[in-house]
Amino acid sequence: MQATPPRLDIFVDNISVTYSNARLALYNATCTVEPGAITALVGPNGCGKSTLFKSIMGFLQPSQGQVRVGGFPVQKAQKRQLMAYVPQSDEVDWNFPVSVFDVVMMGRYGYMNVLRIPAPKDRRRVMESLERVDMADFRHRQIGELSGGQKKRAFLARALAQEGKVILLDEPFTGVDVKTEKRIIDLLMQLRDEGHTILVSTHDLASISTFCDRTILLNRTVLASGATADTFTADNLEMTFGGLPVGRVRQISQRPKQPSHQTEVDA
Amino acid sequence: MNDFPIAALPLWDWIVEPLQYGFMIQAIWVSAFVGLVCAVLSCYITLKGWSLMGDAISHAVVPGVVVAYALNIPFAIGAFLFGFGATVAIGYVKSKTRLKEDAVIGVVFTGFFALGLVLVTKIPSNIDLFHILFGNVLGISRQDIIQTLIAGGITLALILLRRKDLLLFCFDPNQAKAIGLNTQGMYYTLLSVLALTIVAALQTAGIILVISMLVTPGSIAYLLTDRFDRMLIISTIASVCSCVFGTYLSYHLDVSTGGSIVVLLTLLFILSMVFAPKYGVLAQEFRKRSHGAFEEKHNQQVFINKS
Repeated sequence: MQATPPRLDIFVDNISVTYSNARLALYNATCTVEPGAITALVGPNGCGKSTLFKSIMGFLQPSQGQVRVGGFPVQKAQKRQLMAYVPQSDEVDWNFPVSVFDVVMMGRYGYMNVLRIPAPKDRRRVMESLERVDMADFRHRQIGELSGGQKKRAFLARALAQEGKVILLDEPFTGVDVKTEKRIIDLLMQLRDEGHTILVSTHDLASISTFCDRTILLNRTVLASGATADTFTADNLEMTFGGLPVGRVRQISQRPKQPSHQTEVDA
Repeated sequence: MNDFPIAALPLWDWIVEPLQYGFMIQAIWVSAFVGLVCAVLSCYITLKGWSLMGDAISHAVVPGVVVAYALNIPFAIGAFLFGFGATVAIGYVKSKTRLKEDAVIGVVFTGFFALGLVLVTKIPSNIDLFHILFGNVLGISRQDIIQTLIAGGITLALILLRRKDLLLFCFDPNQAKAIGLNTQGMYYTLLSVLALTIVAALQTAGIILVISMLVTPGSIAYLLTDRFDRMLIISTIASVCSCVFGTYLSYHLDVSTGGSIVVLLTLLFILSMVFAPKYGVLAQEFRKRSHGAFEEKHNQQVFINKS
């Protein structure tokens, strides 16, 4: 039945993004997000993390380059419900008159007919997703009546209900207590073991090595990407977070291209 | 049986007496219908934060009305084209300049409106500017009623068919995109039903007051509930009641129909702003007080424990 392969990678192919004020947010970014792994996207504020995220999700059109998800262009992948997205908390209007259940049901719209009338299966999936993040008891709450951690879990449930094989989480640990962070991480590890492709943007360096299999270091371009053990070195981190002259960044990004496009910067 | 209490008789007269006139019956049901259409759309417009856009469209339709009369085509077509055109112009100017959206909206809609004023004073026609500005539902013609019904009917049908997608689009356009919906299409759908609704309400409220019918019912409902379904119901009840009673008031007091409808809506808004059970001013004040009392008690407790 399933026409698409169950494991999907994200291939970011030489993307540049320029905003209308002529600011170059991202240039020549190339990386691969592997399936069946949790990948962290790391970099200082304003390094282009959210720009790269938005490009991958198709929220903005890069001025150069392309993104492929499981070999498909982004829009096609989205039409096939392959990509789920968990937004940053401050992107959500928490006063909006919808309940937790309504929000999670929004993850199912792509499976419904034009009128979006939920079938029994859709309701079942929504309840399963809510139970999986332990939010079933809160399903009738208006979304603003939740704590920070509960808000995150509600939107995580929406991503689960969508059954996308690729899940992107934008800063999932901001405004979340340690207990919730641990629960989210546990859930992500379960999802990884089920074969999902997971990309997490974060600036919480401390927790990365505990659960992220792979890391992409970003500052205007991809500085390093690969297994966390290899990329997460003092040198690389200094290069990413320290004030590095642009010249050297360019030098690094324009190293002779190897067959596997973006090379892992060796320590 | 003659069991009407004496006191109720004047009220009965008040309600029945105007109904002997055909134009009053017409005015009442037309404004009730317009109230319904505006109420439904206003829930989306308030949540999306597009009230300024509605204001812009309502002013931008004026040249369309004049041109339509000059070319002898239905006014609704001209009004819709210019209203919708203004939103396209706003989008275009915004994407091509570094101006903020409110400035762009301000420039474009006043430009359209001024063009309308120039045209209406230059092109010979029997358009009464006063009727465009302030509505004239008591004197509405059969043709105008048909146009109102068509514009309102299309709006209701479109919203009914796309209500869930439009709600998702208002709430979280990124998610709409992430599940493969055509957000660009929804943006223009919402803009065009907004323009259509304004066209439908043109005769009832006039372009100056139509924005009130598009924002106030939804705002009243938003203060009263946390559920979108209930918001639709409350908004509709508030809007339709105001329209019907406003039309009565305008007959009995011999005042502007659009004006009395909007005055009633505004009164309802003030009532809900003050008395809304959760988000009303009183409820908030009460919560703050009881919270403060709790703090005080708590502090005293600490004090006692320390001493």
